[in-house]
Amino acid sequence: MAEPRTIKIEVLRYNPERDLEPHFQTFEVPFTPDTSVLQGLQYIKDHLDGSLTFRWSCRMAICGSCGKMVNGKPVLSCHTFLRDYYPKVRIEPLDHFPILRDLAIDQTDFVNNKLPSVKPYLMPKDEKPVSEGPFLQTPAQLQQYYQYSQCINCLLCYAACPQYGLNAKFTGPAALALLHRYNADSRDQGWEERAELLDAEEGVWGCTLVGYCSEVCPKQVDPAHAINQNKVNSAMDYFGLLKFLMPRGGA
Amino acid sequence: MAQVKAYVRPMQGWWRRNPYFVRYMFREASSVFLAIYAFILLVGLARLAQGEAAYNAWLTALASPASVVFHWFALLTVGYHAYTWWQVAPKSAPDIRIGGRPLSQMVITAGGWLATLGASALIYVIVRWM
Repeated sequence: MAEPRTIKIEVLRYNPERDLEPHFQTFEVPFTPDTSVLQGLQYIKDHLDGSLTFRWSCRMAICGSCGKMVNGKPVLSCHTFLRDYYPKVRIEPLDHFPILRDLAIDQTDFVNNKLPSVKPYLMPKDEKPVSEGPFLQTPAQLQQYYQYSQCINCLLCYAACPQYGLNAKFTGPAALALLHRYNADSRDQGWEERAELLDAEEGVWGCTLVGYCSEVCPKQVDPAHAINQNKVNSAMDYFGLLKFLMPRGGA
Repeated sequence: MAQVKAYVRPMQGWWRRNPYFVRYMFREASSVFLAIYAFILLVGLARLAQGEAAYNAWLTALASPASVVFHWFALLTVGYHAYTWWQVAPKSAPDIRIGGRPLSQMVITAGGWLATLGASALIYVIVRWM
């Protein structure tokens, strides 16, 4: 086993009961080639300062809890390794979200407002009883939305989106990609119900195609593509063309 | 849950924090020079409609050193704008699938460049020899 080296980890600290604004604190942490940034933070919490606050759960890039800014880039801290940052790394909470404490951000806006606003569930034209069996789908129909269904709500794309940072009313990358995921599903006929949000300034038109959301997405969802192909759909809807072109009709 | 005093970080200077955002701002700014260039061309059209003397005056103005410097600079920024345009074009393109597989975004970017170079060559041939 490799001899552990020591890396300097600068962490943004904020205690809402004591601090007026956040400040950096530096820790010296031993690491081996397979130590993730998350494990570095866990070492600090276990051995150096038990008050350090951060979110994590699965340690394998699927729960979407441990997103942080590492040297200014939004990443999953379990999916990023200290070896790539030796001798020094800076860890901050995800950009564009209010800081609750240390590295923990306030996700309320996404969870309570953005996510429900896109109606992220199947809206079939006609409900049918379970006895009639499932809504069938071909592999080709599955491929139309599969990529967009891989989102883990880690919010890295929001931390990568300056438009969300400048105007929090913008629905944002992950929620709009999810909106497209349901619109693109052959079992769903809810596009008209989602159109008001999609067509709005807070919908796809709030995006200026910076494109960084798709760069940082750990699941290759490509939210920038989901949003910008829907600018075409939104324009067609404006001219009343979408009703003719959407073969599945309204909900 | 008790209300927590959350800290909101300022956005001031956001675009200087990440090289990706700096490139984005250059992309957006380069469109200004494209617009100015197009406006100068439109003025030329209006001068042409006013007659030979007006058009020749416009041509003389174009040959001034300031105009030449501007046009070289505009050519560079428009070149960069075209480069960024084809970089992001796949994001605006519909979901194209061939035999069930998504069309590579590189193909759309490369296709855009081929079309740009083809159109430029065609215009050069028309202006030079026709």
